[in-house]
Amino acid sequence: MAIATANHRDFLFRRLHTLAGVVPVGLFLLEHFFTNATATEGPTAFNNAVNTIQHIPYLHVVEFVFIFLPLIYHGVYGLYVAYTSGYNAQQYTWLRNRMFALQRITGVITFIFIIYHLWTTRFSGQEPNFNFVHNLVSNPINFWIMLIGVVAATFHFSNGLWSFMVHWGITVGPRAQRISAVVMMVFFVILAFVGIDALLAFVHTA
Amino acid sequence: MSVAEQDMNSKKKVVRLLIERQDDPNSSPYTETFDIPWRPGMNIIAALMEIQRNPVNASGEKVRPVAWESNCLEEVCGACTMVINGKPRQACSALLDQLSQPITIKPIRTFPVIRDLVVNRSRMFDALKRVKAWIPIDGTYDLGPGPRMPEADRQWAYELAKCFTCGACVEACPNVNEKTSFIGPFAISQARLFNTHPTGAMHKKDRFEALMGEGGIHECGNSQNCVQVCPKGIPLITSIAAMNRAVDGYAFSSWLGK
Repeated sequence: MAIATANHRDFLFRRLHTLAGVVPVGLFLLEHFFTNATATEGPTAFNNAVNTIQHIPYLHVVEFVFIFLPLIYHGVYGLYVAYTSGYNAQQYTWLRNRMFALQRITGVITFIFIIYHLWTTRFSGQEPNFNFVHNLVSNPINFWIMLIGVVAATFHFSNGLWSFMVHWGITVGPRAQRISAVVMMVFFVILAFVGIDALLAFVHTA
Repeated sequence: MSVAEQDMNSKKKVVRLLIERQDDPNSSPYTETFDIPWRPGMNIIAALMEIQRNPVNASGEKVRPVAWESNCLEEVCGACTMVINGKPRQACSALLDQLSQPITIKPIRTFPVIRDLVVNRSRMFDALKRVKAWIPIDGTYDLGPGPRMPEADRQWAYELAKCFTCGACVEACPNVNEKTSFIGPFAISQARLFNTHPTGAMHKKDRFEALMGEGGIHECGNSQNCVQVCPKGIPLITSIAAMNRAVDGYAFSSWLGK
């Protein structure tokens, strides 16, 4: 049957893209924010948390398979999605259409931010500890870039979770989608607060 | 107001239309202004007919009359869909008195423009063929009566059956553009309609396969413009989400069943 052999490649790539954004990229974001939040308890708490992570067995394999690989896939394929999407939020100003545009804009911002973020931290060749981060974010330029990155990433994740639930057929009706939109925006505010609070803790405590 | 007075007023009152025109499929569009005499109860079609009767633009030049398509004049055929004051809708149900002036009229450019407001909507019918938006009932012998449809399902499925392939959802969808091959929201809703019908459900796997194919359901980006512009208020996003659930389930079970 001709139709049974139809090309399902795009379908698979798109579904993998939404899945990778939540598991494991989204889960890693939560873990990362949790570790950062230990900075609010002082330098020792943060350094201990970093130490625990560094003693994960097969750390480089875990990092590559569960973070870098899905992150690169989600990011690069996401750039393609953002490129092929049309943008008409100025003509059709309904909330969801604006969120559609914002999702793609924050995605591109987050992609660029993550490259900068990896460059200045993970691949900077320096020991990751409280003092290192303190020195980094004490520079106002780095601080503001970090702040923009935190807001963009948390919005992209929260709003992405909303559309993940539609793509996977979890929230089907308009009521379910309306409620999940409110829940996800509350989630965004909380997550952004946690991220910014940690950022401020790195700046002010030394 | 007496009829005579109304006639007096209507002689004075004019309505200004800004129409985006195009001479042939390959030429570039241009906007032309028309001032047409107002009559009570006018819709956009009546205004275009006025231009046809007296094809003179606002500068007083005699021009080629504006070309458009219309048929039923009661918002059930979809032929007269245009972008009126920035929103895709049917010209027949767009009343002049309910529109802010000047009124801008543009063709639905998501489809190839043939001339002025006339577009070629063939891709919508190709999409319906791809998702098999029909119920096969013909056999080489009498197949007998089909299974009955539960009344509860019939009631909501009837809402989906109101789709008249007008193209408003295709026009408003940001993911229907020159870079994608997205079939459009209406086709996904129609696949759901025919999968719901007990006889149509006998071919539901074909429709799932089609929706997983190129330009299928995965191209939806959830901007939800479709449900906002649908003249029949069809729950298009609910249809898409319900088909997401069904197609994802089908994809998993067919993959694990191999």
